Amino acid sequence: MRSIFQFRQAFLSGAVSSAEATALVLSRLAEREPQVGSFITITAELARAQAAAADARLRTLRAEGLPIPALLGVPLAIKDNLCTAGVPTTCGSRSLAQFVPPYESTVTLSLQRQGAVVVGKTNLDEFAMGGSTEHSAFHPTRNPWNLGRVPGGSSGGSAAAVAAGQCLGSLGSDTGGSIRQPAAFCGVVGLKPTYGLVSRFGLVAFASSLDQVGPLGNTVQDVALLLTAIAGHDPRDATSLEVTVPDYAQNLGAITESRPLAGKRLGVIRETMGDGVASSVRTAVEQAIAHFETLGAAVVELSCPRFAYGVPTYYIIAPSEASANLARYDGVKYGLRQPEAKTLLEMYESTREEGFGAEVKRRIMVGTYVLSAGYYDAYYLKAQKVRTLIKEDFSQAFTQVDVLVTPTAPTTAFPLGSKSDPLSMYLLDLMTIPVNLAGLPAISVPCGFDAEGLPIGLQLIAPSLGEETLLYVAHAYEQTTPWHLQRSPLDGRA
Amino acid sequence: MAVSAPPKTQYEAVIGLEIHCQLTTATKIFCGCSTTFGAPPNTNVCPVCLGMPGMLPVLNEKVLEYAVKAGLALNCAIAPHSKFDRKQYFYPDLPKNYQISQYDLPIATDGWLEIDTEAGKKRIGITRLHMEEDAGKLVHGGSDRLSGSSHSLVDYNRAGVPLCEIVSEPDLRSGAEAAAYAQELRRILRYLGVCDGNMQEGSLRCDVNISIRPQGSEKFGTKVEIKNMNSFNAIQRAIEYEIKRQSEALEQGERIVQETRLWEENSQRTITMRVKEGASDYRYFPEPDLVPIQVSAAQLAQWRSELPELPNQRRERYQALGLTNYDAHLIADDQSVASYFDAVVATGADPKVAFNWIMGDITAFLNEQKRAIADLPLTPLLLGELIALIASNTISNKIAKDLLPELLFQGGSPQELVKAKGLTILSGDDLAAAIDDVLAAFPKEVTQYRAGKTKLLGFLVGKVMARTQGRAEPQQTNALLLTKLQEGVTDA
Ligand SMILES: [Zn+2]
Repeated sequence: MRSIFQFRQAFLSGAVSSAEATALVLSRLAEREPQVGSFITITAELARAQAAAADARLRTLRAEGLPIPALLGVPLAIKDNLCTAGVPTTCGSRSLAQFVPPYESTVTLSLQRQGAVVVGKTNLDEFAMGGSTEHSAFHPTRNPWNLGRVPGGSSGGSAAAVAAGQCLGSLGSDTGGSIRQPAAFCGVVGLKPTYGLVSRFGLVAFASSLDQVGPLGNTVQDVALLLTAIAGHDPRDATSLEVTVPDYAQNLGAITESRPLAGKRLGVIRETMGDGVASSVRTAVEQAIAHFETLGAAVVELSCPRFAYGVPTYYIIAPSEASANLARYDGVKYGLRQPEAKTLLEMYESTREEGFGAEVKRRIMVGTYVLSAGYYDAYYLKAQKVRTLIKEDFSQAFTQVDVLVTPTAPTTAFPLGSKSDPLSMYLLDLMTIPVNLAGLPAISVPCGFDAEGLPIGLQLIAPSLGEETLLYVAHAYEQTTPWHLQRSPLDGRA
Repeated sequence: MAVSAPPKTQYEAVIGLEIHCQLTTATKIFCGCSTTFGAPPNTNVCPVCLGMPGMLPVLNEKVLEYAVKAGLALNCAIAPHSKFDRKQYFYPDLPKNYQISQYDLPIATDGWLEIDTEAGKKRIGITRLHMEEDAGKLVHGGSDRLSGSSHSLVDYNRAGVPLCEIVSEPDLRSGAEAAAYAQELRRILRYLGVCDGNMQEGSLRCDVNISIRPQGSEKFGTKVEIKNMNSFNAIQRAIEYEIKRQSEALEQGERIVQETRLWEENSQRTITMRVKEGASDYRYFPEPDLVPIQVSAAQLAQWRSELPELPNQRRERYQALGLTNYDAHLIADDQSVASYFDAVVATGADPKVAFNWIMGDITAFLNEQKRAIADLPLTPLLLGELIALIASNTISNKIAKDLLPELLFQGGSPQELVKAKGLTILSGDDLAAAIDDVLAAFPKEVTQYRAGKTKLLGFLVGKVMARTQGRAEPQQTNALLLTKLQEGVTDA
């Protein structure tokens, strides 16, 4: 039982109960956790109770002839920057190490209403700032395909947990690639939805105009099931879009036609296939493109000339918003407070000195600097203008094609500790960042392995609210390629 | 500061006001918490207004409506596209360590209001009006300020209460003008029903920016900010004090320091609060958690159509009814009083008579009883009836005044009260009979009158009034008494 879809078939047929599935997942979780370190908090007891409740609810719904929610009884993991009432929500930070929210995020509330089971809160780079999950205040997470490698980040815990079989699916958040890049590194599927499709209420903010909650799973279909559960308008999030949410999984059945993508136009962004992309990655993506053509898609190469400005633009806008969003962790109201401080200023300084790690401090300082009087126009304002240009590039591209294709990341997973220079880490988000700046939906699906057996991810990008097309194209690719069937060594051993 | 001889140079003050007014919405600007004043500390709070992790603001539409209506009433241009920004500074009363405010695209700009000055009407420009959230309140232990206190407590009940900040142009020239401006602004906001204007509770807070320059000079002097005035009177006196302080300083060759000063009510002076070291940098940037504000033309037209008659319009109408400018100001000051007045006039009462009743006996009664005019048992209709009884000579003014206390406390129809008490005016045969009785009762005085001591007429009128309990119609009484006394002379 590897996917939500498989579980559901077995669950509905009575072959397996949620209690049994949850017990299996919890045992895998416990067994592999010492090696992979996907979790910050494991909620085994809660999960067992939820599983028992799900089994009872199935019986009731059956008896009453009522519809059975898609995620009923499914063991899932939640990134630890999504607030869960009564369960610690640390954001991977010392500043919130003891923080237990009295409220539930909208997305986890949606999962609860469906009757999903939560096995734990997954590790992340502190406040979702990073691309390797090494910047967690608690411990790094390792890649289930190779324990010497990083799982990517910042949703590294959520991706590794799926790859290690420690859950059947998970939720992450994506500000500049934080779902897609770890999905690529861990050989799983990860979706960043259109900005505003999924509520941010209860997602601890990193960069508000870029953050978006999204699902990770073993298959495109699983990701579609999760998206259907969490998408939709939320009156508690002013940036939430007022759209009707379809059943994203309904068109994702077995691929029977020989040319399922006939009539679909795919665009390869030239700027993402050049220097700086590992040859193993480029080769895998080229093969994927060739495969799309065999599936009937018309493939064209096109240019997004401002694509390369994504990273510098992002590293102005995201830290600016972060510097304000993280100002609240001051020791006054909740979270860490340095008790030795004698004055207010001392309390602020020592609390924040102790509460935040180096990467978070770096971004707060950058954000504070670029918003300062005299620098605002040169940095923040200019970055917003470039952001508009990047959006225009995408709009232009989508007049010619339905879906854009790029590698998800320029390389495969790198060894822990190998990126000591922050800039080299930032450049890893080259392919994913422009998508956040433009607010578009994008998905990463496995598209091969490098010589060392590390997974490679393919990124597909659609126009705003183009999730249905995006998922269908990704599904058609996935179902006609073998990549998603391969299991990580950590999972395969079981 | 010692008061010295008047300065030699004539200085002119350049004054602008920044007024923060709390809007009277039932709930806060970005969450559903109550805005009620005086609740126990930290009871009107929720994760949103406490700025807890992952919480998001959602704009209370009523706040936008109130701000736009205030902008319209102040003759401002309403921005079709506006937005919120984050104003960043660390302070424990600010839960997120940034305030959601409006920076470069305020909801309303370029307005004005008119005040009366000794030299006639004067238009005061309004630079901008914007929406923002209020901060919480700190209570310091062992000191009235943060520095020097042993500990501080914070109450976030006020955090997130909606505010409108209204900034005037530096068009004011005296304490009296500033006070008149602030009063008229409060009057407008109260007429709109968007702010209760209670300065004691802090729902209207006024900061003064003031500099002085030699009369005729175009160049601005160094600006000083004054805070902590909680009455219009204090605004006026603080400005007058500051003009004097700055003039004397300049006369003595001193430099004015750019600073924030506090008005001390007890000592009636301003003292240094903090000296500005360079411009403060709030690192404003657009609030990404809120979408841009769009006010459609249709929405704007709707809100405009809902505006009530404003104080200046009302005063003009009252002057057209024959009230003086001064009286019009008095009666239009409070909207509920003015509405009462309108309702009385609508019964056909003479405006000036209605004015005198309302601003005289009725206001005195309300002040003494601490009651609101809206709760008065003597409704406008009943006061109209009373005035009509006087106008039709059914009762005398004196009788009306005698009846007033009962009517004020209990209401009821004045006409029926007059009937029940038999207080209608006496005239004709009844009056003649009463006069005959008086003449018969005071033969000595009658004889003296007829002998030429005519000033006894007043005495006899008084006796008639007393005998009739004031019901005698005064003019008829006079005339009839005279006739009867004359008759006696002829007969003699
Ligand atoms: Zn609240």
